[in-house]
Amino acid sequence: MTLTPDEWQALLLSAKVASCATLICLPAGIALAWLLVRREFPGKLLVDALVQLPMVLPPVVPGYLLLLLLGTQGPVGGWLQAQFGIVLAFTWKGAVLASAVMAFPLMVQPVRLAFRMIDRRLEHAASTLGATPWRVFLSVTLPLALPGIIAGAMLCFSRSLGEFGATMAFVGNIPGETRTLPLAIYSYTHLPDGEAAALRLTLLSIALAFAALIASHLITHRTERLLGQLEPRGRDAGA
Amino acid sequence: MLALDVVLSRGPFTLSAKAAIGPGVTGICGPSGAGKSTLLSLIAGLLKPQRGSLHFGNDCLVDVDRGRFVPPWQRHFGLVFQDGQLFPHLSVRDNLLYGWKQLAPDARRFTLDQVAALLEIDGLLARRPLQLSGGERQRVALGRALLYSPRLLLLDEPLSSLDERLKQQILPFLKRIKTETGVPMIYVSHSRAEVDYLADRVLTVDAGRLSE
Repeated sequence: MTLTPDEWQALLLSAKVASCATLICLPAGIALAWLLVRREFPGKLLVDALVQLPMVLPPVVPGYLLLLLLGTQGPVGGWLQAQFGIVLAFTWKGAVLASAVMAFPLMVQPVRLAFRMIDRRLEHAASTLGATPWRVFLSVTLPLALPGIIAGAMLCFSRSLGEFGATMAFVGNIPGETRTLPLAIYSYTHLPDGEAAALRLTLLSIALAFAALIASHLITHRTERLLGQLEPRGRDAGA
Repeated sequence: MLALDVVLSRGPFTLSAKAAIGPGVTGICGPSGAGKSTLLSLIAGLLKPQRGSLHFGNDCLVDVDRGRFVPPWQRHFGLVFQDGQLFPHLSVRDNLLYGWKQLAPDARRFTLDQVAALLEIDGLLARRPLQLSGGERQRVALGRALLYSPRLLLLDEPLSSLDERLKQQILPFLKRIKTETGVPMIYVSHSRAEVDYLADRVLTVDAGRLSE
């Protein structure tokens, strides 16, 4: 299966956008998941609901809200442009942001679950061995949550690859700038002789998503085994 | 050495403890649910009392009235839990060295080799905690706390998850730590026999009250 230059462009742009979105979601998702599991703060329920919201809204809604807020005429977008010269609307950076917003809940959920599963007493043990809270987090909490973090990152990446509605509403469908794989497929289906190309990119999308899911499964499984979370606990035979 | 006068309430449970604990091994006995583990958590700094104070020598660790609370990572006490609480993602060697690495080199009283020989765990260093038996796990937990060169070693029922035969195998190691290292210890157990074997003096906790 050979791809035309335009199709390559869409594929590479998708990879770039999904990678950047995942890199943004990773630290933010870990921080937020930790806050939601370990801290009580006013408005926690609201924050929780807000993070999940993009999962249940039609994707075009968050996309349109991003445009209202961050478009060059929007309150935040206008300020960003005036102060820093940053334009998000109708650029690939905006596509990254749209993907990140839509994929964020998929990042937060597995990490949150992973944090919740960690035995607090391991962290207590570390702190009684002289480790500061930050060091406890880096040397105990984070490594133990690694399977969840990897799973979250993979889901986030896959979801970003498939982002369509929010991207379309916020940054449009500009070849070479914001036309990612799903948007390219959509465009080809509207061209009189675009069916072959649409089918090629469709198969490619399926293969990519499939590969990401399999990779996520394998890495998670491997990490869990490394951490000993798959074996039964409390084997008490002989000293 | 350790002077405590604290009150801690958690729901309907109230622990009040007033005692002066000297060097050597102090046993703390009492039925389960009496507040023994709570008392150790207080000393370790994992729990904050509502009232009172805690001093180690001239070092004020807690003084509620003056708003002073030294966090666990600055107390330099070792704590050995009931079920070891070894870090599952680290090898036995890295578990043993976890606290040791937090120390300045001149604060390290023991070497890995010394402690591994003392507790006979030299052969286990490359393993993961899940590949250890219960008895091995507890010895590694002891070694980890010991390598941290604690000023005081807190032992929270370190043998209760082991069967009788294993207990008899580990108790001599605890005695060895006592005689060969001289680290002061507070040993909590519901078993009077264990405490009598190890301790120089015994305190009792019952229904949240500590008494001699």
